[in-house]
Amino acid sequence: MADKQATREAYGKALLILGAENPNVVVLDADLSKSTKTADFGKKYPERFFNMGIAESNLLGTAAGLAAAGKIPFASTFAIFAVGRAFEQIRNSIAYPKLNVKIAATHSGITVGEDGGSHQAIEDVAIMRAVPNMVVLVPADGEETRQVILASAKYYGPVYIRMGRLDVPLLFDEDYHFEIGKANVLKEGTDVAIMANGIMVSMALEAASDLAAEGIKVSVVNVASVKPLDEDTIVRVAKTTKAVVTAEEHNIIGGLGSAISEVLAERQPTPIVRVGLKDTFGESGKPVELLEKYGLTKAALIKAVHEVLAKKQK
Amino acid sequence: MTTIELKRVANVIRQDIISMLVTAKSGHPGGSLSAADIVATLFFNEMRINPKDPKWADRDRFVLSKGHAAPVLYSALAEKGYFSKEELKGLRQTGHMLQGHPDMKKTPGVDMSTGSLGQGLSAANGMALAGKLDGKDYRVYALLGDGEMAEGQVWEAAMASAHYKLDNVTAIIDYNGLQIDGKTDSVMCSAPLLEKWQAFCWHVIEVDGHDIDALLAAFAEAKTVKGKPTMIIAKTVKGKGVSFMEDQAGWHGNAPSVEQGEQALKELREEAANLG
Repeated sequence: MADKQATREAYGKALLILGAENPNVVVLDADLSKSTKTADFGKKYPERFFNMGIAESNLLGTAAGLAAAGKIPFASTFAIFAVGRAFEQIRNSIAYPKLNVKIAATHSGITVGEDGGSHQAIEDVAIMRAVPNMVVLVPADGEETRQVILASAKYYGPVYIRMGRLDVPLLFDEDYHFEIGKANVLKEGTDVAIMANGIMVSMALEAASDLAAEGIKVSVVNVASVKPLDEDTIVRVAKTTKAVVTAEEHNIIGGLGSAISEVLAERQPTPIVRVGLKDTFGESGKPVELLEKYGLTKAALIKAVHEVLAKKQK
Repeated sequence: MTTIELKRVANVIRQDIISMLVTAKSGHPGGSLSAADIVATLFFNEMRINPKDPKWADRDRFVLSKGHAAPVLYSALAEKGYFSKEELKGLRQTGHMLQGHPDMKKTPGVDMSTGSLGQGLSAANGMALAGKLDGKDYRVYALLGDGEMAEGQVWEAAMASAHYKLDNVTAIIDYNGLQIDGKTDSVMCSAPLLEKWQAFCWHVIEVDGHDIDALLAAFAEAKTVKGKPTMIIAKTVKGKGVSFMEDQAGWHGNAPSVEQGEQALKELREEAANLG
């Protein structure tokens, strides 16, 4: 697990695969192509790359038109500008007519770091999840990102893909299999489950190892597909562990923790502790320091596991 | 089609609009009536379309960015044969395909779902970019409102159309001078539109939006322009063709009563009789 790669890096590389495979794949960006990593696609396939300037509403609206005429557009900018600035274009020009647009957003969450709270999307999953027809995917590492991007191109319809700026540990190899609507149980345990996505997956695995030393058997479930949600796997695991911790680099309101809570409340009532931002904006700082400050660490997960185990015993 | 035939079509479209709104008891007559001549000219003369094959890849596209004028589009589509005229009676009714604003998923012939103002030109640009990529010669038409000029996205899109040299885009402003809260220039001054669009590097043509010959000439001119998109600023009268609706902001989004509808249809039938 020594090697690291930002999910946005993997995105840029996956686009090159798609560019070679499918002439209908086009890429749009809003003056951030060096950061979102779409620039390499732009260099290799200039005729299929459209820089729309700093105009996100038009970025998403143009993507809708390209999709209406048969293209498979990947529209990229930072998560805050895609979901924030262009929400209603996504809602009315893309999701409402179920057009085949992939909103590939990078720089999500507080690991944006130094740029500060204005640039750290912490509510994007909640917003996208509430939009009918929208698929919401949050890959954990480079390999999963590659598979998420390729799967998104094969799927017909709008997809929101949430990626990050920060280098994160490489967890998976080519034997790993991502599928839209499927959760992956990375580790089976009987005492408690940590259900995580994005950068929290590697921390969940590390927490599980530490907890094993304490004699606590932890299931780790990677829920990259937030919508559609793999309800059956979540319910099956919760039935066994009878205690669940959710973990996401996102507000605890409306994201993965909420999605899992909703399913379990209806189908398998289970004690839950949600790890995420506690309804607060981020701030400027080094990503690692911010993760520490806002409680998105292995230690925070271990603490949450003890909390939920105490609830379970009541 | 000849000019007189197009005038007759526009008259029928206006009658359909009134009948539809009376039945629906809601909808937007003013901006539908003002656009009737533009839409009739596009669908019955200008555009390369096939009602039997609404998804034909080589068809010209039409994006009704001012989506609240959906009745004018629905009438044109029904008159063209995309679906039965009976469907017009289902406008805005639960379970029917004719939504309050255009829905490409539900209605054959609708190329883009619209209604939230400001979004149509971006979609039209996307279609035009795809056409260029695919080496297709189809054209994309987008109809905007003058009140809609206040939406920032219009100008983002305007910049992009010119930047990407989308000479396969022809946009039209239905410049009727009125919006919900009153005169467009008193609500939010968008004038001078000619200079604004020229400054955004568009080829701009000003016409009387009720003069069929002028519209035909403008659409023909747009096709000859290379390397830039064309904007046709069509001066129109809101509520055109119905005396008590003309130039009245109050008829933006109110349906006529049965009696008002009869009066309106009487006037339109008289106009039809005069057309011969």
